Amino acid sequence: MSETPGTQAGSGTLQLVSRRTYFKELALKNLFLLCAGVAVAGVVLIFAFVGVRGWPIFAEVGPWAFLAGREWNPTAGLYGILPLIYGSVVVMLGALAIGTPLAVGTAIFLSEIATPRVRSIVRPAVELLAGIPSVIYGFFGLIILRPIIADATGGLGFGAVTAWLILAIMIVPTIAAISEDALRSIPPGIREASYAMGATTWQTIYKVLVPAAKIGIIDAIILGMGRAIGETMAVLMVVGNAPVFPESISDPIATLTTQIVMDMPYAAGDHRTALFGMGIILFLVSMGLVALVRLMSRFQTAMESGR
Amino acid sequence: MALRATPVPDNAPNKITVKELDFFYGDFHALTDITVDIKEKAVTAFIGPSGCGKSTFLRCFNRMNDLIPGARAEGLVSLDGQDIFETGVDPVDLRRRIGMIFQQPNPFPMSIYDNVAFGPRLQGVSKKAELDEIVQHSLERANLWKEVKDILGRGGLTLSGGQQQRLCIARVLAVEPEVMLMDEPCSAIDPTSVQKIEDLMAELKDRITIIIVTHNMQQAARVSDFTAFFLQEVAGDPAILVEYDRTSNLFTSPKDRRTEDYITGRFG
Ligand SMILES: Nc1ncnc2c1ncn2[C@@H]1O[C@H](COP(=O)(O)OP(=O)(O)O)[C@@H](O)[C@H]1O
Ligand SMILES: [Mg+2]
Repeated sequence: MSETPGTQAGSGTLQLVSRRTYFKELALKNLFLLCAGVAVAGVVLIFAFVGVRGWPIFAEVGPWAFLAGREWNPTAGLYGILPLIYGSVVVMLGALAIGTPLAVGTAIFLSEIATPRVRSIVRPAVELLAGIPSVIYGFFGLIILRPIIADATGGLGFGAVTAWLILAIMIVPTIAAISEDALRSIPPGIREASYAMGATTWQTIYKVLVPAAKIGIIDAIILGMGRAIGETMAVLMVVGNAPVFPESISDPIATLTTQIVMDMPYAAGDHRTALFGMGIILFLVSMGLVALVRLMSRFQTAMESGR
Repeated sequence: MALRATPVPDNAPNKITVKELDFFYGDFHALTDITVDIKEKAVTAFIGPSGCGKSTFLRCFNRMNDLIPGARAEGLVSLDGQDIFETGVDPVDLRRRIGMIFQQPNPFPMSIYDNVAFGPRLQGVSKKAELDEIVQHSLERANLWKEVKDILGRGGLTLSGGQQQRLCIARVLAVEPEVMLMDEPCSAIDPTSVQKIEDLMAELKDRITIIIVTHNMQQAARVSDFTAFFLQEVAGDPAILVEYDRTSNLFTSPKDRRTEDYITGRFG
């Protein structure tokens, strides 16, 4: 709407965009660009910082000794992070193994089975799980779960099993929310078609809906993976923090993230560099996971347009 | 308006019998006092203005309305003499015998082959050769085989709208239903496919009973043996069945004034 007088277009009657509108639009456009720019700059800066600080470790101890070294013993100058990678992977896989069925089941319940009323109670409850600070999860694990696990597996209850249970609950909201979105975005006509073909609710879910939402559910699991790999505090409190290969399921272990927290306060020199090196690894892993998610959605587009 | 070559005899058996049916969506009374006999191996058309409950009525036959919270039917609907609302009747089995085609083609997001094999697989058919045979036969009956025989592995959603609708018909035919309900099957697709679907209806009615809801009176006149005209006279009141007769009679000499007004385009 023009507010400046004298902006009539030549002899025509159409008004030109007023200068005020023009500049307002321009300023807003640039403001949003700035916001996006800050976010991107944040990622780039952090990556550069971690990269610069951590990169020398690959030269100092050698990539092989760093990544595949079986011993983490900074006082002896041994910076092998394989036990930590192992710890991270074991903790993540266990958490996924327990958390995925739980989360996908929750998503199916919310989208296909729950009445609107039940849904309006369960859904916020699941969302709330995501809002609980991780130190509280750690506390819960430490005080409630650890003694139970200690009884069940022997040992002190510090180790992978307790971490699995805690993390499994922590990744439920992530996986459930994204899976539920995927299920809900299936057109209602598909469900009707399945029921009209004489499928039961259960057959509709596992023969039609879950396959149709497959890509979304895989996305959800990948993002859950990222959450599990990156989680630090809760894991730190229950995992026992021993940077070694465990001999049994009840032994304490450590993960990349927990070891960084444990060592950072006092580490110096190569030790400190090694911690940043571990940061690089974590960074690359999460970049890989994000790339995987993008790839999946491209794959889905390709599938929908014929295969 | 071409009349059918071989009229359905007057003594043809009733496939579906409806007696004094009332239907409610919660507090909303959608249909009242519907009584009608659907003849076996004939095409019956439901016509009437939009919102007069044609879809609602159609969805009573395979109890699809069961899925809608708060919806309930009162009265009798029987298939081959058996009350379908009777407690203990399995809606899942009912739907296997009464297939349904929707206005919006709704193939599953899976391959053409898997779409057609869906129903037989639900019923436990798992032998490849047997499924292959069913898939080909059903696609042939749905007038689609020639177009898709080399691309059976492709996603059903990659087909055109009209092809998708015929794929849905093939999917229903694959379970050998006794009745096929079609809810405005042609209103969202291209004219060539409409022609193909009308052709295949004429072929199919040798073996199955077809009920079609249509907005298009020419279509009703072309494809059906019997026509039922529904009307909701006052907004908010339940709709009624105004007239039900052989299509040739209903369109040439309607008995009810309201039917005449509707088919001559005076309202609706
Ligand atoms: N799921 C539903 N819940 C409540 N009312 C409905 C529902 N479906 C249809 N109706 C109402 O029932 C009436 C008949 O609808 P419908 O059977 O779809 O008519 P038609 O198919 O003849 O256009 C309409 O007034 C419609 O608003
Ligand atoms: Mg309708």
